[in-house]
Amino acid sequence: MIRDPIREGLAAGWKVTDASRLERDLVLDTDVAIVGTGAGGGVTAEILTAAGLDVVMVEEGPLRSSSDFHMLEAEAYPQLYQESAARKTLDKAITILQGRCVGGSTTVNWTSSFRAPEATLAFWRERFGLGALTPGELAPWFERMEQRLAVGAWTVPPNENNAALARGAAKLGIATAAIRRNVKDCWNIGYCGMGCPTNAKQSMLVTTIPAALARGARLVCGARADRLRLHRGRVAMLECAALDPRGVHATGKRVRIRAKHYVLAAGAIGSPAVLIRSRAPDPHRTLGRRTFLHPTVISAAVMPQRVDGHAGAPQTIFSDHFLEQGPVDGPIGFKLEAPPLHPVLFGMTLQGFGEPHATLMGAFPHAQVLIALLRDGFHPESRGGAVGLRDDGSPVLGYRLTPVVWEAVRRALLAMAEIQFAAGAKSVLPVHERAQAYSSWAEARAEIGALPLEPLLTRVVSAHVMGGCGMADSPQRGVVDAGGRHFHLANVSVHDGSVFPTSLGVNPQLSIYALTARNASALAADLTRKAPPPIG
Amino acid sequence: MPTRRQFLKYGVAGALALAAAGIARSQPAYRAASGQEPLTVLGAEDRAVLAAIAPAMLAGIGVGAERRDAVVGSVDRAVAGLPPHLQREVLQLLALLGSWPGRRWIAGVGSPWPEASREEVAAFLERWRFSRWALLQQGYHALHDLVLAAWYARLDSWPAIGYAGPPEVK
Repeated sequence: MIRDPIREGLAAGWKVTDASRLERDLVLDTDVAIVGTGAGGGVTAEILTAAGLDVVMVEEGPLRSSSDFHMLEAEAYPQLYQESAARKTLDKAITILQGRCVGGSTTVNWTSSFRAPEATLAFWRERFGLGALTPGELAPWFERMEQRLAVGAWTVPPNENNAALARGAAKLGIATAAIRRNVKDCWNIGYCGMGCPTNAKQSMLVTTIPAALARGARLVCGARADRLRLHRGRVAMLECAALDPRGVHATGKRVRIRAKHYVLAAGAIGSPAVLIRSRAPDPHRTLGRRTFLHPTVISAAVMPQRVDGHAGAPQTIFSDHFLEQGPVDGPIGFKLEAPPLHPVLFGMTLQGFGEPHATLMGAFPHAQVLIALLRDGFHPESRGGAVGLRDDGSPVLGYRLTPVVWEAVRRALLAMAEIQFAAGAKSVLPVHERAQAYSSWAEARAEIGALPLEPLLTRVVSAHVMGGCGMADSPQRGVVDAGGRHFHLANVSVHDGSVFPTSLGVNPQLSIYALTARNASALAADLTRKAPPPIG
Repeated sequence: MPTRRQFLKYGVAGALALAAAGIARSQPAYRAASGQEPLTVLGAEDRAVLAAIAPAMLAGIGVGAERRDAVVGSVDRAVAGLPPHLQREVLQLLALLGSWPGRRWIAGVGSPWPEASREEVAAFLERWRFSRWALLQQGYHALHDLVLAAWYARLDSWPAIGYAGPPEVK
């Protein structure tokens, strides 16, 4: 019997309100209101409560825990993901996977843990005046969060999906390395994306949020932060709408939170959206701009042997070879990884329909898939997208795939196919409506070279939304300072991936944890006028 | 293949039909009898459109009438779980396809949906898939994702692809 720390905590009297059940409006007073419970919100809640501050966390999604995680896509996507995992950019050319549940994307991510690369930090120091963000400054925060979340080497042999990446790359002289993971006693099952059924993944759901709740923090889930009420350069109140049990429609009940300070941690689409709905000052038109995605393209191979990409820890091998071929702001580089494969996501992602699609699906046990994550935001012509609002106030990201991105997409599709053939693939299929399964590297090279790279023909996905409330040394180039404090609203901080001035070039969770730990600790010291106690 | 000129004409007709459909169908068709949640949002016309499209999308799998209807039901529940802006888009798309001008002139399907052959439906899907109009490509992708997700979410779809389902965890 697996213990469920959330159900135990609820039974012990945690102060959790499911807003879908509210029969009347709710008004709460607190020291700090935190919007969002993902990587930024969770770490902030733990650190602020450790400093003795009273905290209210607001989460749009539901509170679900290991007892609810049945490893079924049909349950997980509608319950745990933004827009049922069908969130897309404005032109519908890019599918965006983001969590929407207590724990945010950390509840459903694939556990990949990387420190922000020095090349990225150097670019921020040079171009955005973030001189404080040196490797030396951040190292203790990385160490602290790695210890807190059990980030460590994964010593179990990689599953075949990842082993093929290592094997194919090695044949071509391309370096790969092992991905560190934030897990304890992991069962090596492979269903991280549907919520960890064994609580091995050290997500916010089972670490920082329980710690904060145990110290008396309050959590309101099923409530969407609508807007901040502004008064003389400060926020006077946070207004939230209660949602029905499936999180689709507002019930009409309101949650109002009055706090001394407000932390936005709603992710890089959600946080800018709250500020835009609130009509936050934006004199230099930086809010919601420079939003990055690590646009990701996909190559599916069929191997002679079984791969069973659904089984075993996902994403345990990576290659940064193609990030290291030139200057960081030169032609866009990409990171290679091997994702988990499950029938619904795989079936939706593969091109075509009818018999050709059914034939591809028939090879599911032999499917080996690589993804290339493009490092956007460095090249002068890679300026990212912009978050805007629909008529109903919901956010939408416009992101134009520019020629410099498409140039990198072609290199990425070629690189992945070559590695897959080197790993022994019988055929390789770039995920593109005009592509076929190619049976040799020579054929693939010629055909990929001629593919028309356009939106809605080339499958592009993203699981890493970053930017939109970028850090900088001045309001001309960003929304918040290097400490996450808003340039125009005295009692607002942003603690999530939206503060990154470019993409990271690595999976973002650990960088959000570390930067948030640093900035939340400074905030706690500021609000309490004393140094905060250590995390944990 | 229609000429560019025809496309432009149909494009305008399509925009009009889409607008009309949007006005006619700004609210979900049905709401659950009790409680506030709409558990199902598709009307009979929408279901007829999907019942014709699903067998073409799933050709090669051997989905009979019973499982086809179950897939349509799954799509209905999935749409009901989407955020309101996405629900509206899907309902507009299905209303457009369900309308006579939409089916005849924009989808290019001559027969009423229940009588349309699988080949006729597949040809329409293929035209939209490679259409020069982003709106039609987006429509294709919406149908692709809704139907294939509904199918591969089903436990009885897994044996054909050699997937045993999740392991037991206790």
